Amino acid sequence: MSDNSTPLRQPAHRVSDRAITWWTVHAVIGWLVPVVGAVVAMALVDDLPSIFYVGLIVLVVVAVGHTAVMPRWRFRVHRWEATDDAVYTQSGWLSQQWRVAPMSRIQTVDTQRGPLQQLLRLTTVTVTTASAAGPLHIEGLDLALAGELVEQLTATTQATPGDAT
Amino acid sequence: MTSESHPDGGDGWARLDPRMLAVAPAQEVVKFVPLLVVALFAGNSDNRHWWVLGALGGVITIGVLRWLTTRYRITTERIEVRSGLLFRQHRSVPRDRVRTVDVTAKPLHRAFGLSVLQVGTGQHEPGKDGELTLNAVSSAESERLRATLLDRSTASPGSASDTAGSATAEPPGTSELARISWAWLRFAPLTLLGVAAIGALFGGAWQVFGEIGVGVDDAGAVRGLIDWFTDRSIGLVIVAAVGFLLVAGSLGALALYVEAWWGYRLTRQPDGTLRVNRGLLTRRSVSLEERRLRGVEVVEPLLLRAGRGARCSAVATGSGSGDRASLLPPAPRADAHRVAAAVLREDTPPSTAPLRRHPAAALRRRLVRTVVPAAVVVAALAVADGADALPTWPWVTAAAVLGPAAVLLGVDRYRSLGHAVLDEYLVVRSGSLLRRTVALRRSGIIGWRVSQSVFQRASDLATATAITAAGVGAYDLLDIELDRAMDLGERLAVHNDR
Repeated sequence: MSDNSTPLRQPAHRVSDRAITWWTVHAVIGWLVPVVGAVVAMALVDDLPSIFYVGLIVLVVVAVGHTAVMPRWRFRVHRWEATDDAVYTQSGWLSQQWRVAPMSRIQTVDTQRGPLQQLLRLTTVTVTTASAAGPLHIEGLDLALAGELVEQLTATTQATPGDAT
Repeated sequence: MTSESHPDGGDGWARLDPRMLAVAPAQEVVKFVPLLVVALFAGNSDNRHWWVLGALGGVITIGVLRWLTTRYRITTERIEVRSGLLFRQHRSVPRDRVRTVDVTAKPLHRAFGLSVLQVGTGQHEPGKDGELTLNAVSSAESERLRATLLDRSTASPGSASDTAGSATAEPPGTSELARISWAWLRFAPLTLLGVAAIGALFGGAWQVFGEIGVGVDDAGAVRGLIDWFTDRSIGLVIVAAVGFLLVAGSLGALALYVEAWWGYRLTRQPDGTLRVNRGLLTRRSVSLEERRLRGVEVVEPLLLRAGRGARCSAVATGSGSGDRASLLPPAPRADAHRVAAAVLREDTPPSTAPLRRHPAAALRRRLVRTVVPAAVVVAALAVADGADALPTWPWVTAAAVLGPAAVLLGVDRYRSLGHAVLDEYLVVRSGSLLRRTVALRRSGIIGWRVSQSVFQRASDLATATAITAAGVGAYDLLDIELDRAMDLGERLAVHNDR
């Protein structure tokens, strides 16, 4: 099922398009903190130097740009695939990452759902191996799909003997 | 022979060696020596003596209590240690989780025929070091425990020898892979350990003088020295200081080398472990199971590399990458590669395999990484000159020194980069100030990562990372072609194609 002759192929599946909403809300929350801080400063302090307003404008422009661009860019990059042999992930936007974990080396498969993810019916699947380099994360998977994936991975890895080191 | 080391008999719980009743307080007293000096010589009020005596008594009591409350036992399934009075602790580790067993005997322990046993379990929980320590058991008992814990075939005690790492009582079938050659001492001054030791010594002396309440510059000799130097030119002072550092640093490094590596032997034991025995004052004996071995690393710090020397370390699961993984002292590079091959049971060292160079764009990236910081420093100094805050010579000197140094470093870092895919190994080399060549068993690669920054994308480069459960856990192939990075992942991590 995996086409080994074309190693550059991308992982087959995109994540759920509701992940765009999720990343957008995350970005908005992240940027609200400094923007609200600046607005509060404006309300409390009378004579702010003009450099403050220049900084605030730059901040707002960057925030709006990041919030508009990042989630869509991420959605184009983020991909995943589970074959009989391995789990592949691709993530990031400005800098990008590919990860491969062979089935025989997978130790645990977990899922996390924050409050926002629950609202959007999304799940993050975490695949750990015995390495110090950290686990693989597949963010923003559709809830039902994630359930199937976890079942598939658990079944495959349980069939593999050894301590996966 | 083991009945007397099991005073409790029932359930197999054993106490630490009773001689610890003498050693533990003595150790604490040694730690208290600086404080004693302070109290006895600088103290002028009587109650200070009492305070010190009280502290001593407390320390001795703690030592005795620790001995009384610590027990251990080895069942067919697990090794268990109980300790603590107020906070009772019971640690229990399955025997097949035992990855390393180290026996260390510091001078005081040796005087009493004792050894500290450290059992590495390779578990990393926050707040725990994943290690069981028995401080201390008799050297014969430590040898028996090590043989028992590392012997997977039977639960019966193995052979015992008299002292930690004794060379006389080795079981048959032991083969020697390397032993110390005192010609290697020439590499000691190239380790910089001596300079570090001098720094530590000065720091320690400063602190002791401070505690006694004597300013260092009050001492006559020091005062005289400072005065003498104050009268001389700055050039002479620099020459004298550098000369002193070189001579004293070399002597210190020699002393440290001899202490650490006296009697060094690397052996392969019949039970399938590699064993490093070494140490003049503190005897260390580190055992590493061969089935935990995932590769070998040849390490060349810049100075050592200039002297054609290298070190050799094991890449193994559960033993990290520190001192414990050390297989060979600083030695000739050829010996490091020879030991690497011997440890891996190979005829030709994989670490000397011809390496594939990384693309030329990688050179540009290495140069940017070294030249830009140097340029920033020079520019800052030049701006300071322009603002009349500094004279002209600082930025000119910085440009003349940092510029060429940055270019040389960048070029050398690029020349170090390389990798090779062999039948059984992935060989990766990188680094300039600390050049590492790691030969990783392909069977030990448990994952692959390819990352690409914005700047790398512009050159179509990426950094591939071989992920393993051993050593530092991740080995980078810096700046290789993106296609190749992905292709290698498929070949090495997923299919293990030849």
